[in-house]
Amino acid sequence: MSMPFYVSPEQLMQDKAAYARKGIGRGKSIVAMEIQEGILLAAENPSSSLSKIGEIYDRIAFAGVGKFSEFDQLRKLGVRYADTMGYAYSRDDVRAKALAKAYSQAIGEVFTRELKPLEVEVIVAEVGDDRFAGHEANSLYKVTFDGSIQDHRGFCVIGGTADELQTQIRRDYREGMPLGDALRLAQGALGRASGTDQPVAPGNLEVCVLDRSRPRRKFRRLTADEVATLLAR
Amino acid sequence: MGGDLLFRHRYQGSSFTELLKVDYPHLDFDWSALAGLAREPLPHGTTVLAVRYRDGVLVAGDRLATAGNAVASRDVQKVFPADRHSLIAIAGAAGPAIEMARLMSIELEHYEKIEGEALELEGKANKLSQMIRQNLPAAMQGLVVVPIFAGYDTRRRRGRIWKYDITGGRYEEADFDSTGSGSVYARESLKKSFREGMDRDEALRAAMQALLDAADEDRATGGVDLLRRIYPLVQICTAEGIEEIPDERLDALYRELVDEQARARSGGGAGS
Repeated sequence: MSMPFYVSPEQLMQDKAAYARKGIGRGKSIVAMEIQEGILLAAENPSSSLSKIGEIYDRIAFAGVGKFSEFDQLRKLGVRYADTMGYAYSRDDVRAKALAKAYSQAIGEVFTRELKPLEVEVIVAEVGDDRFAGHEANSLYKVTFDGSIQDHRGFCVIGGTADELQTQIRRDYREGMPLGDALRLAQGALGRASGTDQPVAPGNLEVCVLDRSRPRRKFRRLTADEVATLLAR
Repeated sequence: MGGDLLFRHRYQGSSFTELLKVDYPHLDFDWSALAGLAREPLPHGTTVLAVRYRDGVLVAGDRLATAGNAVASRDVQKVFPADRHSLIAIAGAAGPAIEMARLMSIELEHYEKIEGEALELEGKANKLSQMIRQNLPAAMQGLVVVPIFAGYDTRRRRGRIWKYDITGGRYEEADFDSTGSGSVYARESLKKSFREGMDRDEALRAAMQALLDAADEDRATGGVDLLRRIYPLVQICTAEGIEEIPDERLDALYRELVDEQARARSGGGAGS
């Protein structure tokens, strides 16, 4: 008798990936874009209290799609990591690259070791630092359910409809877009990507900005009124 | 804190100081270990004060730190923003006091990020109580830290002030308070000049006068150092957030107050 319970590693990984993709596919997508003011992060999110986007540190933001409990746990881990780093060293030592790599390692480890992979994709965004020459560039990292990590220029998308969203954004994205234009682009693209052919209703948008002009903590969550005003222009 | 240890946190709550205790004990320094050292003259911060006024609170401190009878630093910072709507002013052993102010601001920011909303002002004041209580073993060894916590209560829409004792006892003050070696004189001065509904300029004037009175009577309190252009540090906290009063404004006010006194002494000026 052969081994009835043998599953090839390829098959195992494929099954896990399919499982994770299915979980992620159920959720809405998120886009992060480099804009004139810094970085815009926009998500379709009907809930005003269960956020998908969050502040990690002075210049770093987090966005996650998939299973809420899982990506929210990753967000909190990021905050703990960043605050501890900044306390032990200096605030300038907390960088998105290190955090994204740590996410990659942690998510990848769960993918290979655990039976159930994490059904998440995350973006780590860092706005450049204008105080020091040579540090002005933004960073956008994307980490997927198997721990793969990529860095992006311009914009970065995650979520179930990421491919379609990518196409939509790429069509109209320009470097250095002002916030209002970028938000309208995100609104339309998120709507079309989810197959409705309608821009997302302003009330269903979660919008955060890493704003270069702010003093220390660059992260800002836009209120529903601010979003509506920007979109009405 | 290598990368592999990153996501092995055992602590799952929203307090930064607790996180340090549980997962990074090497970063959670125990000041009471310095028992013997406290008998050596260590840098001490001297006089800080807080006054409530119409739009919020004003918190001020001189810039001198003394070690025994020597000057340890002439431009030390004793007033710190704890977050967007609160300030912490410290007096006592400078090392642990400055560290406490730093930890306090990280603590508040950490909570806000983890929970998605900031603590209420009273919650913040209470948090500081706990931090002082944790410092108690060190305080017993002479490393006393006695802060003032003041901020703008966004719910009640007014400024509020708390003072503390070394056991972490927390007492809300209605109008003003001062702590540190010159605090008796500063408080007496504020008692005379405080008026309900003062505007910003009046509050600034009262605070500056109180610091000058403290510096006049208490040798460990620094006043204005014109030679080195060192002025007290004054920050105000209102619904709009925190703002620092620029040195130019303090310089002008200082000269005004000194002129007034000089006129009074020479028998000229108002009333004589």
